Amino acid sequence: MIPWTAPLVLALMLFLLGLLGLLARRGLVFVLMSIEIMLNAAGLLFVAAGARWGNPDGQIMFIFVLNLAGAELALGLILLLRIRARLPDLDADAADLLRDAP
Amino acid sequence: MIGFYAAAGVTLAATAAAITRANPVHALLCFVVSLLGMAVVFFLLGAAFAAALEVIVYAGAIVVMFLFVVMMLSLDRAAKARERDWLTRPVWVVPLILVSVLGGALARVWVLRAAGGVIAVTPQAVGVRLFEADLGAVELASMLLLAGLIAAFHLGRQAE
Repeated sequence: MIPWTAPLVLALMLFLLGLLGLLARRGLVFVLMSIEIMLNAAGLLFVAAGARWGNPDGQIMFIFVLNLAGAELALGLILLLRIRARLPDLDADAADLLRDAP
Repeated sequence: MIGFYAAAGVTLAATAAAITRANPVHALLCFVVSLLGMAVVFFLLGAAFAAALEVIVYAGAIVVMFLFVVMMLSLDRAAKARERDWLTRPVWVVPLILVSVLGGALARVWVLRAAGGVIAVTPQAVGVRLFEADLGAVELASMLLLAGLIAAFHLGRQAE
């Protein structure tokens, strides 16, 4: 029998790993991937909470988190392509002016 | 029980590998392994539907789209070398401190005494709840996807 707190601890560790990647990495591909890791950890938390009470709402929230991750990643990747077309490298600090360089 | 801890270990190791690779394609492949481990975790928690969605939608569609775009970015050796140059040891110090502070705070909340195991939820139960009680939320989710589609089309068209 899996104790119901075990998946919560796993979700916490995955979220912290995603946050670590988000704070430490500068490449925009890795920033987007870290956000995906964090969203996935939140989804695991919902599923684990649903499994604790035998309630389908946890999995339903997971479906919505999946939906959100798909929409967010599609827009993020399009912006990544646009930044790549304008700037020489995918540096998160290179696009901090929010306008064309003087 | 052992299967759960093995899958959790694979997931954590693959995620840790994913955020420390210098090559984006290697990192994304590690992320796929992490997602497959997560699917096993979902299955062992009795959430078979979430496990199937994790494999089909997340690993199969979302991350593969990510991989296609990374290949379209045509990152050369110079980009990979730059990424490797950014991965110095001092870069990790402050994020590690912040993450451990947050982890300490959250872990204190989650030292829960309540015993008990997990209860399986069948796909039938999920489907009935999703398309009866939560039908409005499904419509909202579809509108979110439509908005994402239109915005991605608009931004992508201007790139020409």
